[in-house]
Amino acid sequence: MISRIRAIAFNTFREAIRDRVLYNLIVFAFLMIGASLLLGQITIGVERQLLINLGLTAISIFGVLIAIFIGIGLVSKEIDKRTLYTVLSRPVQRWEFIVGKYFGLVGTLVVNAGLMTLGFFVALLYLMHRLQPSDTSILAAIYFILLQFMMITAIALLLSSFSTPIESAVLTFAIFVVGSFSEDLRNFAEAAKGTTHYATLALSYLIPNFATMNYIAPVARGNPVPGSLILYNTLYGLLYAATAVCGASLIFQNRNLK
Amino acid sequence: MRTHPNRAVSLTLTALMVLMFVGSGWALGRLRAVRPNTNLEDVLYIPSAKVLKRMSLGYNGLLADIYWTRAVQYFGARHWRHARDYDLLFPLLDITTQLDPHLLVAYRFGATFLAQEPPDGAGQPEKAVELIERGIKDNPDEWRLYFDLGFVYSMDLGDYQAAANAFLRGSQLPHTHPFLKIMAAQMAQHGGELQTARMLWQTTYDTTDDVAIKANARLHLQALEVDETVPKLEELVRQYKERTGIQPTTFFPLIQAGLLRRIPVDPLGMPYKLLPDGHVEVQDPEAWSFIRRGLPPETGKKDQADQSTKP
Amino acid sequence: MRDIRKVMVTIETRNLEKTYRVGFWRAKPKVALRPLTLSVDHGEIFGYLGPNGAGKTTTLKLLMGLAEPSGGSFTILGGDITDPAIRAQIGFLPEQPYFYDYLTPLELLNYFAALSAVPAKERTRRIDATLKRVGLQEDAWTTQLRKFSKGMLQRVGLAQAIVHEPKLVVLDEPMSGLDPMGRREVRDLIEELHHEGRTVFFSTHILSDAEALCDRVAVLSRGELKGIGVVADLIGSVKGNVEIMWHGAQTVPTLRGLGLEVHTVGETARAVVPEAQVDKVIDALRAHQAKLIAVTPMRTTLEDYFLAKIGAPTEVAR
Repeated sequence: MISRIRAIAFNTFREAIRDRVLYNLIVFAFLMIGASLLLGQITIGVERQLLINLGLTAISIFGVLIAIFIGIGLVSKEIDKRTLYTVLSRPVQRWEFIVGKYFGLVGTLVVNAGLMTLGFFVALLYLMHRLQPSDTSILAAIYFILLQFMMITAIALLLSSFSTPIESAVLTFAIFVVGSFSEDLRNFAEAAKGTTHYATLALSYLIPNFATMNYIAPVARGNPVPGSLILYNTLYGLLYAATAVCGASLIFQNRNLK
Repeated sequence: MRTHPNRAVSLTLTALMVLMFVGSGWALGRLRAVRPNTNLEDVLYIPSAKVLKRMSLGYNGLLADIYWTRAVQYFGARHWRHARDYDLLFPLLDITTQLDPHLLVAYRFGATFLAQEPPDGAGQPEKAVELIERGIKDNPDEWRLYFDLGFVYSMDLGDYQAAANAFLRGSQLPHTHPFLKIMAAQMAQHGGELQTARMLWQTTYDTTDDVAIKANARLHLQALEVDETVPKLEELVRQYKERTGIQPTTFFPLIQAGLLRRIPVDPLGMPYKLLPDGHVEVQDPEAWSFIRRGLPPETGKKDQADQSTKP
Repeated sequence: MRDIRKVMVTIETRNLEKTYRVGFWRAKPKVALRPLTLSVDHGEIFGYLGPNGAGKTTTLKLLMGLAEPSGGSFTILGGDITDPAIRAQIGFLPEQPYFYDYLTPLELLNYFAALSAVPAKERTRRIDATLKRVGLQEDAWTTQLRKFSKGMLQRVGLAQAIVHEPKLVVLDEPMSGLDPMGRREVRDLIEELHHEGRTVFFSTHILSDAEALCDRVAVLSRGELKGIGVVADLIGSVKGNVEIMWHGAQTVPTLRGLGLEVHTVGETARAVVPEAQVDKVIDALRAHQAKLIAVTPMRTTLEDYFLAKIGAPTEVAR
């Protein structure tokens, strides 16, 4: 079981890494980081803050795009292109397939995030000429962004296990947008009464909460990252992603293939 | 064929999924405890309303609603914690009204809660004026805004002339409230008086639908009642002393003497206290936010005879 | 009494059927496969014939556990397809397979071999042997699959179906995309597999290949099984034609009058006559004192049987 999952994960990773579209998106991210350097030179005094704000936001957005793009390819593209049949006719359980695919993708995302982080720190070094100890909080913020990627990918995986590539891409992006405003949804829930209150409160737990993964602005201001935040964000992100992966496995296990 | 292995796997997956989801909900709950207001502190990640407007791709109204909700939440959360500053309130309301200049309730909210002294407000009446003036520019026919403007000038800034002007401007609108003309006149003559204040707060109470503003107005009206009653009671006590030569320690003698009909009770339902030196106080000073009379001398709130606020 | 035949059966279906629901609102059921009962014996080469859209691929998908039957049941290698131990002994080539564009054949086969539990030590040797066997030239072994032609992809597909040395090989249109040379190689490969004792079950609409290779065939049309049996028997069941050649142009009008097509070259005439009418024609010729040159039975082919069963013209590749 483990060896099969590992084989699938490695294969997914290899396939994703070689896909050229990935690199285009990374290049875009680098461009944005460079642009924020230029922008910083126009407004005096906030270069570092601006670089961190815009740079990390670029990493976040482009990373989400990559996560979605690869995520949909996990299942729907495979079904569309029928690469799936030869795999599933082998002694592979359907859930092993999903889990293996997910791990392969997480590996890709880690590499992704690593590359973008490198680019970012190069820009930061260029700006500040040296690194400070407080810069480690930037790593924490990037770690949260990575957790966000993992959640998004799990959702993309879940959606693509029963819908077409385009549908799942659009839906996943929509969930990303809504999830970023999830705290506002909760505020609205607390102000509401009756069934609206319970309905929106339930919704605010159901949709992924990306607002909590966004620690970009505090880090830009130089705030430290509380350890409890790291702990609970990790727990939340992993548990939520695991839920989605279980759901995807469940759907895929029982699905008829066209 | 739905064979046994498949069913077992499906069941396990379902159980795992439910478990994980519950776990994630728990973790989210813990996160909210750890980071209750982070969202609100980072709320001004984009501090410029202009940039925001351009970025919103036309969904100004939606963004305005979001920022409005955040403003209310920001204030409410800090108020609950007895905060002494509300630095982000003005920027939030500013952004809200720039995104949607016709969101009336935002201006009115600012009129009340930007102007009041902490912990019940930001203590920034000039900012309130700034906000409302912009609101008037974008909504020149809205009499309520002129009312709010006059209100702030009168109650929070003590500038009765400016207040009268504001009421006058508003009274000249086509569909105005007849009240404004009365207030304009009232301002000119009885600027700092209790009666004026009562009229202002009563109008505020009557003309708003927003729950927070209404509740606040009601508190003020109750406070005004106390401010009105306490001197009257103290006056009655002094009359009794003049008549009988005895300093009463309770209100009973006054009732027997016909000066009072029954034990005087404050708007919260608690009987007033009569002190040996003739001062009248409320039973529970902590329960009152806005009163100026009826407080024990050590609380630090100034015991003033007149209604004028800080200059 | 023990049923020895049961042990010797590789695939056995009982009333296996599949109905799809097409459309979302007023779901109209589409019957892809009517109740199908057939069996494939151990070690035989079995051909599954039918025009496009007959339901061949549907059957294969059901057999491989990729879709669930709407009714009926089947056993494969004596067990259930959901059993991984059974799946490990089956090799499958789907119709028009695509593969992971960015992998090379070596990487792909490594992946598939690993999934099929081929021991790591064995893999390199078997992969090399398999790739050679399917006729893929060595310089293509490290080229990414997205650069491959359809024929080359088909060879890779065959390779992944046999790299783990399965007892049963299931192929959906294995000849598609190949030129005559390639098809010849695939035919030879199937023969080899047969000699190795493996069972081969393949679907095709190329009848000449089926006729050459198969022990038994089944004919499917519009989801329904039309005929099944040993090739020779099936062919023999169709009444054939006889070719008659003679001298004697004077007989021609008479024979044409009988409704026969007669071709003449000089004095020599030739006609293709249904078996049933041979005696009548010879009598007629004798009566006209024609000189018989030859009476030759024409070979019936599987196509004849096929057309008879299907009742409609079909694509035939020769």
